[in-house]
Amino acid sequence: MLVPAAIAFLLLVGPLVALLVRAPWAQLPALLAGTVLPALGLSLGTAAASTGCCVLLGVPLAVVLAGADAWPAPLRRLVRALVTTPLVLPPVVGGVALLLLLGRVGLLGGPLFQAFGVQIPFTTAAVVVAQTFVGLPFLVLGVEGALRGVDRRFVIAATTLGAGPWTRFTRVVLPLAAPGVAAGAVLAFARAIGEFGATVTFAGSLPGVTQTLPVAAYLALNSDPDAAIAISVVLMVIALVVLVALRDRWLQGLAR
Amino acid sequence: MRRRLPLAVAAAVLVTGALAGCAQGAPAATPSASSGLMGAITVDAAASLDKVFPALARSFERRHPGATVTFNFGGSSALAASIVSGAPVDVFAAASTTTMRTVQTADLTAGAPVVIARNRLEIAVPPGNPGKVSGLRDFADAGRTIVVCDRTVPCGAAAQQVFALAGVTAKPDSYEPDVTSVLTKVAGNDADAGLVYVTDVRAAGAKVEGIPFPEAEQAITDYPIAALKGSEHAALAAAWVAWVRAHERELRSAGFLAPQ
Repeated sequence: MLVPAAIAFLLLVGPLVALLVRAPWAQLPALLAGTVLPALGLSLGTAAASTGCCVLLGVPLAVVLAGADAWPAPLRRLVRALVTTPLVLPPVVGGVALLLLLGRVGLLGGPLFQAFGVQIPFTTAAVVVAQTFVGLPFLVLGVEGALRGVDRRFVIAATTLGAGPWTRFTRVVLPLAAPGVAAGAVLAFARAIGEFGATVTFAGSLPGVTQTLPVAAYLALNSDPDAAIAISVVLMVIALVVLVALRDRWLQGLAR
Repeated sequence: MRRRLPLAVAAAVLVTGALAGCAQGAPAATPSASSGLMGAITVDAAASLDKVFPALARSFERRHPGATVTFNFGGSSALAASIVSGAPVDVFAAASTTTMRTVQTADLTAGAPVVIARNRLEIAVPPGNPGKVSGLRDFADAGRTIVVCDRTVPCGAAAQQVFALAGVTAKPDSYEPDVTSVLTKVAGNDADAGLVYVTDVRAAGAKVEGIPFPEAEQAITDYPIAALKGSEHAALAAAWVAWVRAHERELRSAGFLAPQ
């Protein structure tokens, strides 16, 4: 048991250690001051926005899925599979799919562009859309699991005390499922902050507008590997801060 | 040398491949070669060579039964970065001498690189030219959706050069990581215009239209090729380089200019 556990830990931590060992610590401030700061602000802003979108849209979807036991089984399975698909879809393919839907000749984007001249690709909004697309499944699956874990007896007790459906949901179900929502939101945020393929394909790469940290890291790799490592260290620090800052009891939701 | 350890090779390929975003797998295990011209070589090549090189490989493999050529096409700079960090590659063909120089500086080339072809930029627009783009001046129009390569890759460096030559302050909506991404966005009618190589426009067929412009003639890109030192099939790698050099006609018919 201990040997595979050690290998697993090494596989997870080894690359991070290598990154830290190779990091150009002396030049780090200078490297960070260049392209990194605008990209950092953009990454944090878009990841926060997409996490917000994930919660606003994903919690209702999870509620519907958790209450879908009355649906015909094939339909239920199909819907759940469709919700999960962005998890297994290569992100670049997801980006292409988003272009085909929301691009200016896309299924929805086409009419939008014709009618209002609105173009979604190459905007910061496109970054948020791409990140929401890849992050949403994490939130939906996490919250759905948490909702299913809520003890029905509390809900029944609330009903006998005269609580309506909305009160039962907001005062009983949601607080009980809160760790699951928080855990799902953390995963969605983590996925968003590291998002590369769908972003660069759907939103492009313009400094200050659509060039997030992962995109900047990929481009920096071409010309200045040290800068790429510096950006990677920043991304790692963000990930660690987010995960450490959350108390254990929130993260327990991940194990459900 | 980590190549002796299959696991380490697999790990190296995984890591570098993931970094380059374009891994195509490790070279296949080779049968014990009786002549030097058997076995499998991996060729890292600029994305703009991805039509002409596979065609050349088919004739090369017919000529040398038992030899296989595996390609890894991508942005030259990303490929160079993966080679410098130890990717097991036998031959490198770059879309700029600057990029090749990073591999040379790391002392990884076997012999001096030779230029096999040259290329020049062309404006690519979607079929029907919906943005009514007529020349490089239109790249300064913020109202049009413009995509070019990032300046960290050869096609982007060439783009900056032609903008400077034309005195145009370009206002791109995106700096793409490689020329293929630029072409995809133009072909998908998500951009009004992009700057790509002449060969890309030709290879794309009816999916894009090309608009030549005079400044391109002053920003011509060299394509150097070199066998790499770490190759376990040095003779085969050298034979592939010679094969490419001997088939200039195929490169020309793909739209490349002859080396000077």
